[in-house]
Amino acid sequence: MSRRKTERLLGLVVCLLSSERYLTATQIRDAVPGYPESFDAFKRMFERDKEELRELGIPLETGSNSAAEEEAGYRIPRQAYVLPEIRLEPDEAAVLALAARVWRQAELAGAAAGALLKLRAAGVDAEETMQPGIEPRLRAGEAAFGPLWEAVRDRRPVTFDYRAAGRSEAQRRHLQPWGVVNRHGRWYVAGHDSGREAVRVFRLSRIEGPVQFSGPPGSVTVPEGIDVRETVRQWDAPLPPQRSAVLRVRHGAGHGIRRYASREQPGSDGWDLVTAPFSDVGWFAEHIASFGTDVVAVEPADLREAVMTQLKGALA
Amino acid sequence: MTGRPPRPSHSTDRLQRLLALVPYVVSRKVVGLAETAATFGVSERELVDDLNLLWCVELRAPDPYCPIDLSYEGGEIVVSQAESMDRPLRLGVDEASALLVGLRMLAEVAHAAAADPGPADRSALSRTIAKLEAAAGEAAAPSAQVAIQVDRVAERAVLNTVSDALGRGRRLHLSYYVPGRDEATERDVDPMRLLVVEGRTYLEGWCRRAEAVRVFRLDRVLGVEVLDVAAEVPADAQPVDVDQGLFRPSADDLDVIIELSAYGRWVAEYYPCETVTELGDGRLRVSLRTPDTQWVRRLALRLGEEGRVVSPPDLSAQIRDDALAALAQYS
Repeated sequence: MSRRKTERLLGLVVCLLSSERYLTATQIRDAVPGYPESFDAFKRMFERDKEELRELGIPLETGSNSAAEEEAGYRIPRQAYVLPEIRLEPDEAAVLALAARVWRQAELAGAAAGALLKLRAAGVDAEETMQPGIEPRLRAGEAAFGPLWEAVRDRRPVTFDYRAAGRSEAQRRHLQPWGVVNRHGRWYVAGHDSGREAVRVFRLSRIEGPVQFSGPPGSVTVPEGIDVRETVRQWDAPLPPQRSAVLRVRHGAGHGIRRYASREQPGSDGWDLVTAPFSDVGWFAEHIASFGTDVVAVEPADLREAVMTQLKGALA
Repeated sequence: MTGRPPRPSHSTDRLQRLLALVPYVVSRKVVGLAETAATFGVSERELVDDLNLLWCVELRAPDPYCPIDLSYEGGEIVVSQAESMDRPLRLGVDEASALLVGLRMLAEVAHAAAADPGPADRSALSRTIAKLEAAAGEAAAPSAQVAIQVDRVAERAVLNTVSDALGRGRRLHLSYYVPGRDEATERDVDPMRLLVVEGRTYLEGWCRRAEAVRVFRLDRVLGVEVLDVAAEVPADAQPVDVDQGLFRPSADDLDVIIELSAYGRWVAEYYPCETVTELGDGRLRVSLRTPDTQWVRRLALRLGEEGRVVSPPDLSAQIRDDALAALAQYS
């Protein structure tokens, strides 16, 4: 069954690609084996076949050879079909293979492999050599990547449920997506949030359920001069340190605190006095608590208080 | 109207393969069956079936003829007639984007990680990007909407030293911070390669202390020194399969179960969890496998009331003792 269909589609491609003239549906049925006798059944099957070819990216054109012809015909213009000549030097082919490998465990793995196959078919020898040095990878993407990439590619608005950090419930968001950005190995989408009337950045792993298109292709306009990387960078940037804490750190321990210390005063009682910058009391208290008995907050008082609350929380 | 497209049916997968197969052989004139099967990811039997299918294609009008003529004898394929099928189909938007985004990521990484960005390397990248953009035509444009950002490795000195040792095949001495145990460890490492995974740079090498392959995050290297000893990576040292993830649980690991509040959900994003179960109101139950519980104890103190280790029970008891001992220092 599937083999017969493949044969038919292949025949259809060769037939339309070989002809410079538009061929009518009847001419096509006569030339390509595998279509049913009944004209209605043929038309239905032919419609589906055309759709499948277009989905593969095959440029199937409709038109007529002259104004006098009444019935529209079909052809695949060779120039629109073929991959233009591409010649790569060995070092270029090697980086191309490496570029395809970036996606190996991620969303566009199939597309990357398909592209490489077409380039090999064009005569490029993209050998997968084990490269010494650097091996970059994108991690298997979140489920939302596929539809969001399509939305960005086709400029369509989307709707999805998003659970912001620390929220117990997801909220419905409406977004005109401008771009998808991978930062520190995590995927983000940036765009105009139509509900909030503002620029927003969303982490893909916090999107729940399906991403739905909420408008036709081409209905999103990306404003001039927008750099989505910069948008995400600003959103993700840590707060600059504004306050200073004094901590008692057990001698020989607390390396994770000492690394960012602005001052260390060795003590004689087995404890050192460490001064460290911080911006968010809550976050810093959690960090200090994680060192257990090795780090004690001395001041400021609100930090000391927050660490005690944190430790009591672990007891509850 | 869900975004995800339906998976292409088997017959269109195969059609794509057939459309690439003919020009693949044509552009090489003669090509081995085994080699071709490997390139296309099929068995030799499937490949022969593909070739038979191609050879059987016929058009019946205006005059009957077979557009494709080929043979595969003695393990070699020759296409003697291919008509209009002699060139591959142009790249689709997804295909062009996958390669262009990958290439730009390589350029980012080269720029971020290379101590002294090799002029040869960078130009191979920019030449390839230009050629691919030209060949892809219009299909290349949407790839600009995907950006991969790799921050410049802050530890320039560490990177320079590691690259130097890699280039000259020298052993390294590392002072390495292990946050899970809050320890600075000392070890000799024979470097194997640099990896960039999830935006971070790692050194992979044979750790002489562990007598195993280990990966080290460059931002956790406290000190590094090239030793005047040649690196000796055992022949049977298995490089980490990056595609399987850098850190893999092993069979004798301990199972740890943690319940998290909505605020503690980030744990599921940061650690490789075996299972993640929604408990309602944004709460989660996650299970992790780990050879070492010390980092779990530290994580539990960091989480406070936002997380609870529920299993194994002796670990929960230990965490309670940790919290009590730490609190006692405030009285």
